[in-house]
Amino acid sequence: MTLSVSDVKRIADLAYIEIDDNEAKETLTQLSGIFNLIESMQAVDTSTVEPMSHAQSVVQRLREDEVTETDQRELYQSIAPQVEAGLYLVPQVIE
Amino acid sequence: MQWEIVIGLEVHAQLSTHSKIFSGASTAYGAPPNTQACVIDLALPGVLPVLNKGAVERAIKFGLSVGAKINSPSIFARKNYFYPDLPKGYQISQYELPVVQGGTIAIQVDGAEKIVRLTRAHLEEDAGKSLHEDFHGMSGIDLNRAGTPLLEIVSEPDMRSSAEAVAYAKTLHALVRWIGICDGNMQEGSFRCDANVSVRPRGTEKLGTRCEIKNLNSFRFLEKAIDYEARRQIEILEDGGSIRQETRLYDANKDETRTMRSKEDANDYRYFPDPDLLPVEISTSWIEQVKSALPELPQARRDRYVSEFALSAYDAAVLTGSREMADYFEAAIRELPTQAKLCANWIMGEISAQLNKEGIDITACPINPAQLAALLKRIGDGTISGKAAKTVFESLWNGELDKNADAIIEAKGLKQISDDSAIEKIVDQVLAANAQQVADYRAGKEKAFNSLVGQIMKATQGKANPAQVNAMLKKKLDG
Repeated sequence: MTLSVSDVKRIADLAYIEIDDNEAKETLTQLSGIFNLIESMQAVDTSTVEPMSHAQSVVQRLREDEVTETDQRELYQSIAPQVEAGLYLVPQVIE
Repeated sequence: MQWEIVIGLEVHAQLSTHSKIFSGASTAYGAPPNTQACVIDLALPGVLPVLNKGAVERAIKFGLSVGAKINSPSIFARKNYFYPDLPKGYQISQYELPVVQGGTIAIQVDGAEKIVRLTRAHLEEDAGKSLHEDFHGMSGIDLNRAGTPLLEIVSEPDMRSSAEAVAYAKTLHALVRWIGICDGNMQEGSFRCDANVSVRPRGTEKLGTRCEIKNLNSFRFLEKAIDYEARRQIEILEDGGSIRQETRLYDANKDETRTMRSKEDANDYRYFPDPDLLPVEISTSWIEQVKSALPELPQARRDRYVSEFALSAYDAAVLTGSREMADYFEAAIRELPTQAKLCANWIMGEISAQLNKEGIDITACPINPAQLAALLKRIGDGTISGKAAKTVFESLWNGELDKNADAIIEAKGLKQISDDSAIEKIVDQVLAANAQQVADYRAGKEKAFNSLVGQIMKATQGKANPAQVNAMLKKKLDG
């Protein structure tokens, strides 16, 4: 797979990362290197290997369905930049 | 050109757990803002999600009740997008290996059964709420809902009309309440539908470009939004245009859909397995345990009502519309096993009408099944007429005389006169007093017969058994 500068910019945009043209070019070189690595790994026959979804072969521990948290709004909101009427205020977002 | 509408639905059912899917915060509705949002829901650095067993169990329950495959392992993935009501910058959802894979739902449309296939049902967390009104140009964020467990149920594009889509949504709504995994409260957003709508020339196979209509919070809006959207697409195509794949919002006030955003590809979400959550193993013994605790499902009860009580498919479908109504019906026929049809008629008729009128649920019905059965028993054995039964019903509903049907019949003198000799005496009196009408009837005026029946009923204050009166009068006149 060949990557272009516009691909890099799109990925950055999706990830909310601001990059300029020079950084994009630099990132393109680095990402292409990673893609090349992946490409060489794809030469390995993995048809008999089950894909892993986690690096450790352990399973998820489950919690009983119980309410264990109490209301600590005041504490949490003490570090928020702006609050009003119990709400966290953020720059307006309307699509 | 003839067009065919193709619809698939995505339903978000909020699971009825006490705590959130990945934290121990409460999911109770209506709390003051952010009082049920803990460090995990706020996504403070260093926190880790721990999966709620109750949420997984509800998903398994659903899967079993639609005949789906339960995946084990099942894995959670991060769906990345940026919006302040989702403070982590991603939603924990499932992409590959959802808990529930496949399955089917049988729906009834115009008396015929149709099978809708399910693609999958996966667990995910809900987002918080953004409030855009008056905060000096800022948005207010309430994260109480963030992390509430949802089961997203995705159908195949198997529906061909808004009526089918509504039937599917209603069947699903009844099912999730029936098996107790979701309270189904649409006003509070516990059951939300998104509809994928496309059109294609009838007879062709290739699917048209679809639009997704978001957040339809009533069955009526679902129907109207689909009808509007299909018309819109057909008009564009007939004018030689093409459909743009996008997400649209339904505006109930204007009865139209409008563009919300152009649809991202699945890739834009950059799904990847969440490294904070390990694969979930769902053992066969766990599945068996859930299966053994499942109630008899609506479909099975429907079939049983038809075979065991000889009810029509329609009656059986209405009675199994909710588990509470079906239970009420069964409790009534336990008291009155030979009168299933009469019980069904009264529950779907008088009881339902009165419940609707007062806006209450059958669980709050002031007349219990045994009290209803006691009334119906007196219709069945001819003690009271259908008309008198309605009077008794009203008294029962209003709680008169300890809701005892027999006592009410006695106190109000509603007993029907079914004694042949008593009826004959009155018939004779009325005939003697109305020689002219008797002559009219015999001269061929059918109307005179009804008038005579009316007079007899009047003479008995409506208590004579009308069938008996008719028969006897006919006998005397045609004699």
